[in-house]
Amino acid sequence: MSGYLAGIIAILSINIIFAYGIFLAVASGQLNLGGVGFQAVGAYAAGLLSASLGLPVALTLLAGAVVAGLVGVALAFPILRTRGVYLVLATFAFAEVVAGIILNTDALGGAMGMSVPGYVEWQIPMIGAILVALLVFYLMATRFGLTLRAIHDDEDVSELMGVSIRNVKVAAFGLGAALAGLSGAFYAHNFGYIEAQSFNALVSIYVLLYVLLGGTQTAWGPLVGAAFFTLLPEVLREVLPALKDFFITLFGGVPDGSRPDESWRFVILGVLAVGFMAIRPEGLVTRTMVERLTFRRPSSRFKEVTE
Amino acid sequence: MLEVSNLDVVYGRTHAVKSVDLRVESGEIVTVLGANGAGKTSLLRALHGAVKPTGGKVVFEGRNLTSQSPAARVASGMVLVPEGRQIFVSMTVHENLLMGAYLRRDGKEARDLGAIYDRFPNLAERKYASASSLSGGEQQMLAIGRALVARPRLVMLDEPSLGLSPLFVERLFGLLGELNRDGISILLVEQNTTMALEVASRGYVLELGKVVLEDTAAALARNTALTEAYLGGGHMPETAGA
Repeated sequence: MSGYLAGIIAILSINIIFAYGIFLAVASGQLNLGGVGFQAVGAYAAGLLSASLGLPVALTLLAGAVVAGLVGVALAFPILRTRGVYLVLATFAFAEVVAGIILNTDALGGAMGMSVPGYVEWQIPMIGAILVALLVFYLMATRFGLTLRAIHDDEDVSELMGVSIRNVKVAAFGLGAALAGLSGAFYAHNFGYIEAQSFNALVSIYVLLYVLLGGTQTAWGPLVGAAFFTLLPEVLREVLPALKDFFITLFGGVPDGSRPDESWRFVILGVLAVGFMAIRPEGLVTRTMVERLTFRRPSSRFKEVTE
Repeated sequence: MLEVSNLDVVYGRTHAVKSVDLRVESGEIVTVLGANGAGKTSLLRALHGAVKPTGGKVVFEGRNLTSQSPAARVASGMVLVPEGRQIFVSMTVHENLLMGAYLRRDGKEARDLGAIYDRFPNLAERKYASASSLSGGEQQMLAIGRALVARPRLVMLDEPSLGLSPLFVERLFGLLGELNRDGISILLVEQNTTMALEVASRGYVLELGKVVLEDTAAALARNTALTEAYLGGGHMPETAGA
């Protein structure tokens, strides 16, 4: 396998795990815009344990998830008192605090960054992503998953059913933080080098975008969203020159064969993101769509019939 | 069964419920009547635990539930069917009913779901349809069915007839009588005075957060002049939701 392809599979796997982490919070009605903070905690926990104690990768990956999960649970109690835009801002602020702490801690390499021993190639992140996806699909089929959807739908009515809203939200947020941390641990071991600058606010925004554009109603959403927005820039890298030539000819010009500026890829990505939001505000994959594709529920075909 | 004494609810500067005494005996249907803003919904919110009362006591079957969570109240056997048919719209009919069984861990939920479907054949037909596709009346049946899955001994309903067609209002009150004969006690908050007093055994009339009348349903129904005075004079609400 080429290094390029291996790199893409590794990034894709990391992004999928990360997206599932944010999905669990979003599925219970909590927008987490501090995802990168948990990813950084997981990456540095794994990196530190690996570099200073020489722990095996299997343990540091686990530690990355556990440490980030504990931070998530500890943060969830105060942070879940806030709602809506305040929750978004509080999670965002958390990520900034994490970056600040890393930059000012010599033991973590400060602004210099940190080398992480124990290289893992694409296979292990891929297996990790498959296992995480299966876990989240399973969770969403349980009573816990149903409860997440109920809270997302209507907190007051969920409370009437006897749901302890806070406990479920803390569990979803904490488990999501653990998955974000796991993605960070994979990142640390796959790239072999971590620095505070890689864990910037843009990463949090991207992963939230994967989840929201992929769809928050089913466990398919984050998978499709992360895959689409991770692979699209790579596809565009290939087709961009052809696209440029096409548009030049369209307007009567003569293609000069020069490569277009790389930033056009992100312009197209942005336009597509806005377009998806306008056309499919519920995300690319919706519950109705999954039901139609799986044909498991024939009676739902009659749902338009009213008496 | 349910004993409420000296209950006070204050939101900020609004004294919504003022030293209310109320009881529901086992096997009774008790109705709480009152005009808009009389404090009926605030009373129910305090009874089910969504708001903490500022004073007074809520005792259910001998247990003091005043400072207990809503979950503890559901677990001890009292459930609320909220106003406005608040079902989970992104879920199917069946998933809504499953949520009703949230606190059940006895493994017999499936049998009870079957009983709900027997009682509401409309819901059985639409088991896997989105709950949002149901008609208003069916949504109300789903909301009641969902409450029943929790196996309550006391069901509290907040204006269940609001916005229903006359046909469904008939069916609704028929259903309440049926549930009562099956041994479920009912606390019914209603604006549809006539129907509520027909099905209930006793009634309370609230005005500005206070109980101003308390009598048997038959006596309240006879005393229409007095009742109507407290319910906003003459305008009979049963035409409101047609």
